[in-house]
Amino acid sequence: MKKLPFQKRTLALLSIIVPLLLLFIYAALYSGPLAPVAVVLTTVDNKSISPALFGIGTVEARYTYRIGPTYPGRVKSVNVDVGDLVKAGQVLGEMDPVDLEARIRAQIAALKRANAQLREAQARKDYAQAQASRYEELFKARSTSKEIAAAKRQDLLVAKAAFTAAQEEVSRLRADLNALKAQLRNLALVAPADGLIVSRDVEPGTTVVAGQAVVELIDPDTVWINVRFDQIRAHGLASGLPAQIVLRSQAGKVLPGRVLRVEPLADAVTEETLAKVVFKTIPDPMPPIGELAEITVNLPSLAPCPVIPNAAIRIIDGKIGVWQVTGRKLSYIPVSLGISDLDGYVQVRKGLKVGDRIVVYSENALSKHKRIHVVDHIPGVKQ
Amino acid sequence: MISLAGRDILHSWGKFIFTGMGLGLLIGITLSMAGIYRGMVDDAKVLLDNSGADLWVVQENTLGPYAEPSSIYDDIWRGISGMPGVAQAANITYLTMQVRRESGDVRAMVAGITPGGPGIPGWPPFLVAGRQITRSHYEAVADIASGLKIGERIKLRRNHYTVVGMTRRMVSSNGDPMIFIPLKDAQEAQFLKDNDAIWAQRRRTAENPAFNRPGVPGLLDAIIASQSINPYVNAVLVRVEKGHDPEDVAESIRRWKRLTVYTRSQMEEILVGKLIATAAKQIFMFLVILSLVSSAIVAFIIYTLTMGKIREIAVLKLIGTKNRTIIGLIMQQSIALGLIGFVVGKISATLLMAPIFPKYVLLEPLDSAIGLVAVIIICVLSSIVAIRAALKVDPAEAIGG
Repeated sequence: MKKLPFQKRTLALLSIIVPLLLLFIYAALYSGPLAPVAVVLTTVDNKSISPALFGIGTVEARYTYRIGPTYPGRVKSVNVDVGDLVKAGQVLGEMDPVDLEARIRAQIAALKRANAQLREAQARKDYAQAQASRYEELFKARSTSKEIAAAKRQDLLVAKAAFTAAQEEVSRLRADLNALKAQLRNLALVAPADGLIVSRDVEPGTTVVAGQAVVELIDPDTVWINVRFDQIRAHGLASGLPAQIVLRSQAGKVLPGRVLRVEPLADAVTEETLAKVVFKTIPDPMPPIGELAEITVNLPSLAPCPVIPNAAIRIIDGKIGVWQVTGRKLSYIPVSLGISDLDGYVQVRKGLKVGDRIVVYSENALSKHKRIHVVDHIPGVKQ
Repeated sequence: MISLAGRDILHSWGKFIFTGMGLGLLIGITLSMAGIYRGMVDDAKVLLDNSGADLWVVQENTLGPYAEPSSIYDDIWRGISGMPGVAQAANITYLTMQVRRESGDVRAMVAGITPGGPGIPGWPPFLVAGRQITRSHYEAVADIASGLKIGERIKLRRNHYTVVGMTRRMVSSNGDPMIFIPLKDAQEAQFLKDNDAIWAQRRRTAENPAFNRPGVPGLLDAIIASQSINPYVNAVLVRVEKGHDPEDVAESIRRWKRLTVYTRSQMEEILVGKLIATAAKQIFMFLVILSLVSSAIVAFIIYTLTMGKIREIAVLKLIGTKNRTIIGLIMQQSIALGLIGFVVGKISATLLMAPIFPKYVLLEPLDSAIGLVAVIIICVLSSIVAIRAALKVDPAEAIGG
C-alpha cells in the first residue's frame, strides 16, 4: 500500500512527460525547415494535345466611309442620324453654298462679256484680213509703198492673236463656270455604298475644313475582329483556321468564326502579330464597333506523345527540368519541351518516357536531399 | 545514491510541472517572436528567390522595384538581352493593390510576368495546384495566402481574371500574397484609371484649346490615344549565363545602358537593410525584452521554489550535507524547469502559435538550439540568487523557526 502512491505518481509524471517529449520530437522534425515536403505526383502520359492560340481584339468594320466636303464650308443640313441604314447614292447631308450661286451668276456674266470680246476680236480680225489683202494687191500694182503693205500684214497677225486670246478666255471662263457648278453639285454629301451610319460628327451650322468627316458610314455586313496575338504564342497561325469568339458583353457564349488573314505587318512595339477573324454569321444585333473580343484559334491536333502538366516544370541552374520520383528518391531530370496547349499540357521531346512519376505540385522548393511526403493535394489548397 | 532534486520534484510534481508549463508558454512566445523576425527576413528573401533573377535592372538612381518606384521603357530588355553574359532578360511589373473578388477584397502584390512559359524570370517557380498561365491575357496565378481558389474570377481595375493556379509562399516583402498576371494586362492595370477618371481626362483634353484645334481634325483623337498607353515596366529581371560573374555583367549594363543594376546581394541589402529595417528592429527589440523578462521570471520562480523549502534545506545543512549537494539540488531543479519550459515552449510555438499568425512565422532549428542554450544559461544564472539565499540559511532555523 505504501508503494502504490509513489508508482501512481511516477505513472502520472510519465504520462505527462512522455507525450510531451513525443510532441516535441514531432514538432522539431515535422514542421519548419526539417519537415518532409508534401508533394503531388503525376505520371507522364501519352496523349494527343490540340494546341490553341489565344488573342484579344476589337470588333471593327472592314469598310469605313468618312463622308465630308471637298472644300471648306458650312454644313447646311445632315439628313441622317446614327443607326440609320442608307443606300448607295442617298444624300446624307448638304453643305451651305453661301456665295456659290452668286459666284456662278458672276461667272455667267463674265462668260457673256468674254463672248462679246470674242466677237469684237473677230470683227477686228476680219477687217485686218480685208485690209491686208487690199494692200497686197495695191502693192502688186505698185500703187503703194512696201512699208504700208508690211504694216497691214502685221495688223492682221496682231488681230489673229487677239482673236485666239479671246477664244481661250471664253474657254477658261466656261471651265471656271463648270467647276463652280461641279462644286454646287458636290455640296450634297452622298453615300458611296449601302451602309450604317455610325457617327454624326458635326451638326448643321458648323464650319468644317476640307476632308473633315461629317458622318461616318460602315458596311455592317463586313464586320470583323482585329485580333492581336502575342508573337511568342502565334506559331501556327494561318488563314482559314477555325476560331472561337467570345465577346466581352456575352462572356461565356462562344461564337464560331475563322481566321480570314494574318497581317503581313506585325506590331513591332507591342510584339504582337495581327490577324483578322470573321464571324461565321454576324450576330444580330451587330456587336458594337470597338467591343473587346477574346479569340481562341484551334490548331490541328498533334500525334500522341509524352506530355506533362506545365506546373511540373522547374528551373535549376538555368536548366529546364522536372523532379522525377523513383521509389522515395528525388532526381532532377533536365527535359526538352515541345508544343504546349492552353490547358497547361506540354509535350516532352527528350528526358522522360511515358509512365515516369514526376512531381507536379510541391509545398516548398525541392532539392535532392529533401524528404518527400506524397499527398493527394497540398494541404491548405481550397478545392 | 538518490537524486535529491529528483526526489524533491517528485514530492511536489504537480506544482513543478505546471510552473514549467507556464514558463513554457512564455518561452513559446519568445520563440514565436524570433520566428516572426525570421519570417519577415524570409519574406524579403523569398521575393528575391521566387523571381529567379540574378540581376535587377531598374530606372537610373532608384532603389527599385521593391523599395522605390521605378519605371523603364518596355523595350529596353531587347538591348539588355544582347549584352554579353546575359542568358535571359524579362520585363516585370509590380503593383500592390486591393484585388476585388465576389465577396470583399484582398490586399495583394500583382506581378506582371513576361509571357512565354515557366522558367522565364519572374514566373512562379513551383505551384501547389492548378497550372501555369498559358493565355497571354486574363489569367492569374494566385498565392494560397490570398484565400482565392482555382476557377475564381477576380477583378483587377477594369478586367476580370480567372485564377488558374495556386502558389505557396509567394509573397511581397510586406508579406502580402502575390498574384501573377500576364505582363500586358499588368501594364494596363498599373496605368488604367477607372472609367469615370478616363471620361474626365478625355473631357479635360477636349476642352484644352491647344489640343482641340478647329483646323486640325484628328489631333484630339491622336492625343487621347497617346494618353492611353503605358510603355513602361518596373524592372527587367536578368538571368546571368553560367560562368559569368553577375557583378561584371551588372557593371557592363550600368556602363553601356546607363541604368541602375542590382545584384542579388545588393537587392537583399536593400530589402533587409532598408525596406524592413525598422520593422525588423522593432520586433528584435521586443524579442530582447521578452528574453530579459523570461529570465527574470525564471529567477523569481526558482527563488520562490527555494524559499518554499528553506526549512528542508536548513535540515539538510543541520545533518551535515555538503554545500555542493545543495547547490546541485537547486541547479538541477532549475535546469529541469528550464527544459520542461523549453519543450512546452517549442511545442506551443510550433503547433499552436505559429499557424495562427497572419504573417509567416519561420521557426529555424538553429534558433531553437540557440534558444535551448540560452534557456539553460538563464536558468543557471537565475538560480544563483536562490543558491546564495540557500547557502546563507542558518541551520538553526530547522529547529528554531
